[in-house]
Amino acid sequence: MDFFAHHLLSVILYTPLVGALLLLFVPRESEGAHRVVGNLFGVLGFLVSLPLLRWFKPGWSGFAFEENTAWIPSIGARYHLGVDGISLLLVMLTTFLGMIAILSSWSAIKQRQKEYYILLLLLQTGMIGVFVSLDFFLFYVFWEVMLVPMYFLIGVWGSDRRLYAAIKFFLYTLAGSVVMLLAILALYFYAPAADGTRTFDVPTLLAAAQTFSDPLKVWLFWGFFFAFAIKVPMFPFHTWLPDAHTEAPTAGSVILAGVLLKMGTYGFIRFSLPLLPADAAMRAKIIHIVIVLSLIGIIYGAIVSLMQKDMKRLIAYSSVSHLGFCTLGIFALNPNGLAGSVLQQINHGISTGALFLIVGVLYERRHTRLISEFGGLATPMPNFAAIYLIISLSSLGMPLLNGFIGEFTILQGAFQVSKAWAAWGSLGVVLGAAYLLWLYQRVMFGPVTQFANEELPDLNLREYATLVPLVILAFWIGIYPKPFFAYIERPVQRIVEQVNPRFYQAERTQAPTAEIPAVAAETK
Amino acid sequence: MNPTGYFLDHLWLIPLFPLATAALMLFFGKRLPKIGVSVLCVGSVGLSFIYGVGAVSQLLAADPERRVAQQILFEWLTPGAMQISGGHLVRFVADWGFLLDPLSAVMVLVVTGVGFLIHVYSVGYMGHEGGYYRFFGYMNLFMFAMLTLVLANNLLLMFVGWEGVGLCSYLLIGFYFLKKSASDAGKKAFIVNRIGDAGFLLGLLLTAVTLGTIRFTAAGLPESAGYSGILQSLESAVHAGTLAYGAPVLTAIALLLFVGAAGKSAQIPLYVWLPDAMEGPTPVSALIHAATMVTAGVYMVVRMSAVYQLAPFALDVVAVIGAVTAVFAASMALVQNDIKKILAYSTISQLGYMFLALGVGAFAAGIFHLMTHAFFKALLFLGAGSVIHAMSGEQDLRKMGGLWNKIPTTARTFLIATLAISGVFPFAGFFSKDEILGRAIDRYFFLWLIGFITAGMTAFYMFRLFFLAFSGYSRADEHAEKHVHESPPSMTVPLMILAGLSIVGGWIGWPGSLGGENRFERFLEPVLAGAVTETGAVKFAHHGLAKEYFLMVLSLAIAGAGIWLAYQFYRTKRIAPELVAAKWPRVYDLLLYKYYVDELYDKLVVNRVKDLGTWLGVFDAKVIDGLGVDGTGWLMRYASKISMWWDKWVIDGLLNLVAKLTQLFSYPVRLLQTGKFSNYAMLILVGLAVLLAYYGRHMHTLLRAVH
Repeated sequence: MDFFAHHLLSVILYTPLVGALLLLFVPRESEGAHRVVGNLFGVLGFLVSLPLLRWFKPGWSGFAFEENTAWIPSIGARYHLGVDGISLLLVMLTTFLGMIAILSSWSAIKQRQKEYYILLLLLQTGMIGVFVSLDFFLFYVFWEVMLVPMYFLIGVWGSDRRLYAAIKFFLYTLAGSVVMLLAILALYFYAPAADGTRTFDVPTLLAAAQTFSDPLKVWLFWGFFFAFAIKVPMFPFHTWLPDAHTEAPTAGSVILAGVLLKMGTYGFIRFSLPLLPADAAMRAKIIHIVIVLSLIGIIYGAIVSLMQKDMKRLIAYSSVSHLGFCTLGIFALNPNGLAGSVLQQINHGISTGALFLIVGVLYERRHTRLISEFGGLATPMPNFAAIYLIISLSSLGMPLLNGFIGEFTILQGAFQVSKAWAAWGSLGVVLGAAYLLWLYQRVMFGPVTQFANEELPDLNLREYATLVPLVILAFWIGIYPKPFFAYIERPVQRIVEQVNPRFYQAERTQAPTAEIPAVAAETK
Repeated sequence: MNPTGYFLDHLWLIPLFPLATAALMLFFGKRLPKIGVSVLCVGSVGLSFIYGVGAVSQLLAADPERRVAQQILFEWLTPGAMQISGGHLVRFVADWGFLLDPLSAVMVLVVTGVGFLIHVYSVGYMGHEGGYYRFFGYMNLFMFAMLTLVLANNLLLMFVGWEGVGLCSYLLIGFYFLKKSASDAGKKAFIVNRIGDAGFLLGLLLTAVTLGTIRFTAAGLPESAGYSGILQSLESAVHAGTLAYGAPVLTAIALLLFVGAAGKSAQIPLYVWLPDAMEGPTPVSALIHAATMVTAGVYMVVRMSAVYQLAPFALDVVAVIGAVTAVFAASMALVQNDIKKILAYSTISQLGYMFLALGVGAFAAGIFHLMTHAFFKALLFLGAGSVIHAMSGEQDLRKMGGLWNKIPTTARTFLIATLAISGVFPFAGFFSKDEILGRAIDRYFFLWLIGFITAGMTAFYMFRLFFLAFSGYSRADEHAEKHVHESPPSMTVPLMILAGLSIVGGWIGWPGSLGGENRFERFLEPVLAGAVTETGAVKFAHHGLAKEYFLMVLSLAIAGAGIWLAYQFYRTKRIAPELVAAKWPRVYDLLLYKYYVDELYDKLVVNRVKDLGTWLGVFDAKVIDGLGVDGTGWLMRYASKISMWWDKWVIDGLLNLVAKLTQLFSYPVRLLQTGKFSNYAMLILVGLAVLLAYYGRHMHTLLRAVH
């Protein structure tokens, strides 16, 4: 128990890996055993991550559950793990969605099951590793490791244009990572080496970066930016996403949208923000560029998804729009924007993950994703209709469901910086309703137009098991988001204090708010 | 004395009852028998009504200026510190809390009361329809959302209800989802409303950063805890001089919120969804698209009246939009033939009336009209439903006629509602409409004039509808004619109760000029006092009795004129409507085709956005992906070709050149390799000789060194 408590993150990190290794020894001939073992480790991976929620005190603002031992002493790389409230939620999202993604593959994957589950579990370890690494070397290793299983998942189990999509995904991401590697090495070599030893330690290097000259910080910022912007993906680096999403198997799309994209936003929060230059003009320029790209992403993604003919492509473009909100919140550089962004990352994982599961349900029945192939499905599949509607509403930001909380908080954060940003952002809210409800109408309403759709079976037990937990979470965050905000409040505050100290200074330098007592009283 | 009591402590139960049954219906409704569905769903709304009445009576027990009850259940949204204008930080909180004051009291009673009657009616109306449980589930969900909207103690929770009613409206408009027109109408309603919602959200955010809070008021909360409220913040900001009468930021807040109101309450330019919304079942039209949901915008503006009173420009905008909408919608109602469409345009027109009232600062009059309108318009829709029911689903007035004696209860109650909406004394509409017109003339004469003309048009089109449906000979086809029957009691009893309310409902605001004391306005007064009374909030001159009587006589006269005209057109047929239409065909078509606004919107906005979507999709594939990504790929391949060429011809070429040269040089050398001993021996000798010759002169030094 003691070992478990002290190495909690390692346990969470390697549980899927152990599963993958174990699967290696399950003979290929034993039909069905692979998916049982895969699911077992999916559930186990989630279970071992639960103590995080229980043991983490929301008041903590630094890193918790740290493990820090020497790894490659000759270059100063260490095995340093740790989470704060932000990465904690992202780890939980990963283990949770991972479990659901594995379950969703139960009957969808019929070929090469052994390899499939091994890769899925490997992917899981890679993603968790990205979120818990506090050593740049380790981080980079996980960042790249995770590419490989995803590449194969798309390339082997994908649909028609899978090879094109897989290679595109791999090369695109790799291109970004290489620039990031340069930036990491620059950080490594420019940081003053205390007593001659260099280090890859994230907190140390980022602290050292504060002493760098502004031009250097700008270079470093853009170096990291490309890797993360491609991953998010931000306009105009997004075109790998529709292809990868569309071609990937359902579980791959769920993981891709739910977790992989969050590695980019996480990177922005953790690594890019501290590299913003101190000079106000330089900083304003950078933020301006990033925000404009975010706003373009929000509106562009929404408008393009309006006219898509393929359900998965539509949802993929909607991700571009939603992730635009996330980056908008991050670069508002205030507590509301950041907290909203983190929460919206979780929300997007839930809603879009569920949307891909929903397309998966239809794909398994009809082997097509074309919107025109459907219509009137509410008649044969009433329960599916209900769940799909809830998920659509959650994605379009209906209050009392999760999406609204995130979008509102982000807009609130953006509004404090610039009213125009919030106004453009709210345009995305309008369009979101348009493409999601139109899609829903075309798929679900009206008379059944195709003979093949007349007798489609409603959801089965396993499909309920994948969708209902997401629906419950969507309601939970929508109705009572306070516990989620509690996890991220302190880390967010710490980040804002670090990267945008003026936010809090404004308060300190001003006289107590005597003239507006009612307002002051609220500042508990 | 502060208001207290069991019902006030359990305000949260009022929206919870219908929510509970809604959840029950949507999860288990399929397995419940019809009677179970009816009892549960109607019962829960009845329970809400009882709790509402209880709470309001306990509120009334308190002194007029202390009639506020507020309770916070939990902190809902807590995203951390927010920077308000001026740089201060506040901890932003949106509560899950309920507020009952005279304003929400009126709304709760109207919503639960009228809602209950419509639920009862629906038991009869929807009895033969499929998806009975689904219908009631949505209706109950709507009641939950609407009650949350009116009881919310802050803007964001109000927005929850606001979106919730929009969702239920979407679901219920599209209730017959097999019909494309129905699901189209639902989607249109939702998206048009979303445009308004964006305005609402921005207005909300501007309120938050300007005033630091979105709670309507701190009244009714324990003072020691230091709760903030919009009203209090506004008060202190005005006292501190940071905000003043006519401050641009207040105008901006008011206008943004009004965009939201225009969406929900179907005002120009966002009214287009409401006529289409008539695709829903008729009880839905009565409850959502006439009596309650569409009045949410009016309620919200009144709820924020403290801000509006300080924003004169915004008020003028509200008044003008309201007045123009009123006459514009009324003009379209003149020539429609679908019984529900006429009522829909009439609703838009009456909502315009309410906004006209708010715009001229007569907030109480606006709410008064909201209430009386809820009675008679619900009655009109339910009556229309009863007619449609009797006519086997026929909605076209041209195929009706002569129903007066065939469905007597429906006809008589319908007449009462028609008189009420036409503003005939002493029906409910007379009092509220007169109040609005009286206030309008104090502010702007032309607004009064528009309202006045609208009143005449209203009387005309309503009596046109009435005469076409109930008088004369039947124009129905045989099949429908045979089945004409009065509706069951579950439908006629609500009609009769609403008819009663349509008569006496206005008496509560009996004006002083006619010997009353306008108790309704007195009741609402504490809520509408505004933040700061002295700063120039709209003031009214008390005009003389003579003027008031004159105005009353005028409005009665124009109503009478409208009725007379309709009588001549459609009862005595002394004037043939067809001839009038033929005389001005352009005008007639313009009205009949609703000014082609839908077509215009489709052309200018909807199709353009779709085109943009297609175009951007191509741009994405061809430019960003094609030129950018694939272009990079092509460049890479091309570069690799170049470097391959370089490799092959330059790098490798150099290497090969070296090799070739080496080979070349090897030819002469190879000649020496003969393999014959004698040749080698000779070569050695020659070599030795050369060496000796070359080094000969150094030999002696060499030898010396050896020694």
